Amino acid sequence: MITKRIIPCLDVKNGRVVKGTNFEGLRDMADPVEMARYYNTAGADELVFYDITASAEGRGLFTDILRQVAAEIFIPLTVGGGINTLDDFDRVLKCGADKVSVNSGAIADPGIIGAAAKKYGDQCVVLSMDVKRVDGQFRVFAKGGREDTGLDAMEWAVKGVADGAGEIVLNSIDTDGVKQGFDLEMLDALAARVSVPIIASGGAGNMEHFAELFTHPGIDAGLAASIFHTRQVDIKDLKRFLRSKGVEMRV
Amino acid sequence: MIAIIDYGVGNLFSLSSSLNYLGLENKITRDPAQLEAADRIILPGVGAFGDAMTKLVETGLVPVVKQQAEKKPLLGICLGMQLLFDRSFEYGEHPGLGLIPGEVCPLEPDLRDKTLKVPHIGWNALHILRDDPIFKYVSEGECVYYVHSYYAKGCTESTLATSEYELDVTGMVRRGKVYGAQFHPEKSGDTGLRLLKAFGELE
Repeated sequence: MITKRIIPCLDVKNGRVVKGTNFEGLRDMADPVEMARYYNTAGADELVFYDITASAEGRGLFTDILRQVAAEIFIPLTVGGGINTLDDFDRVLKCGADKVSVNSGAIADPGIIGAAAKKYGDQCVVLSMDVKRVDGQFRVFAKGGREDTGLDAMEWAVKGVADGAGEIVLNSIDTDGVKQGFDLEMLDALAARVSVPIIASGGAGNMEHFAELFTHPGIDAGLAASIFHTRQVDIKDLKRFLRSKGVEMRV
Repeated sequence: MIAIIDYGVGNLFSLSSSLNYLGLENKITRDPAQLEAADRIILPGVGAFGDAMTKLVETGLVPVVKQQAEKKPLLGICLGMQLLFDRSFEYGEHPGLGLIPGEVCPLEPDLRDKTLKVPHIGWNALHILRDDPIFKYVSEGECVYYVHSYYAKGCTESTLATSEYELDVTGMVRRGKVYGAQFHPEKSGDTGLRLLKAFGELE
């Protein structure tokens, strides 16, 4: 059977990997190409690169990094951040991305999901959403979690999948960076509504959190950043641990 | 030299990079003379069957591919593997290259467990049914990376390996010098690289 996936996420700014807590107070961590090499040998099932640079200069640096990574790392690469148009899809796919993750770009122009799915296939389009509880509702936030869009997250996901999104990354702002475990309530709510693979993000603090996550059958992958970057959790150890708990893993 | 057929579908960067990484000389090309000069050929592909077949026909390479397939190892990857069969039922019915008997059918209606997701996407263990030089460096049960919604059926005789997704998904096929991989060796980490290495050594 298909294995559950463990996915390290690299947030890249001005050519360096950074990771914040609750999206603020970013700390410089390391060189993205070095880290990609490390994760490739450490057993990562996929890598996600988020470009959190705003400038054109930073964007150029990011595509250079992506090209370098894609030339020597042969596992699936997903790229997100600053994806607003089909040209942006084209730009990162040409640099070696396999999947493109769209977030604020889809909020600004919901038509981009359908257009990209038609051009590159559903499997290429990942809908990424930053979600926070507001007045008892799961609400989609834009601009790196700073702006409440007023959109209902579950409705937004259902529409995204109908338009052609092949996977969803659900990042809970409520649990992000807090390291107290994934937002299982939010993830279950999503799994009940969509049938595409769901990648859980936000809140992983230790190996037990992944074991708990994968007792929920609707969840396909766990994504995390700092606990892997700091090597607080070693991916090979994590996979062995999960396997011992009966979770299907590629080891 | 390995000729990677460029017919305007899919991103060939990773495939070419993986061959470069292995030190296997390769050219992305749609020039018939290059296909004839190559000592092996890869037919890649992502997207929809009908569209891809139309584009391949438009390059004028179909007769060359069929002719060269008898002379040298050819590997179809993902949609490129599906094109090797007689026909596909993806959005209608489309003829394939007919190099391997069988047809390509949607996965979804054949799955009884409706909680199983389509596309079949992710890492799945490869079960080797028949030993072959292509598996020289790959062992039973190693995981490879799949992304697809259609799969090959009626090809038991040519099936070398399968992966289990409630049913046995055709993973790797061979007929004569023609090979096909439903998964992506260029995205299957070290396992995939070892498979490509063996392809580069086939007689």
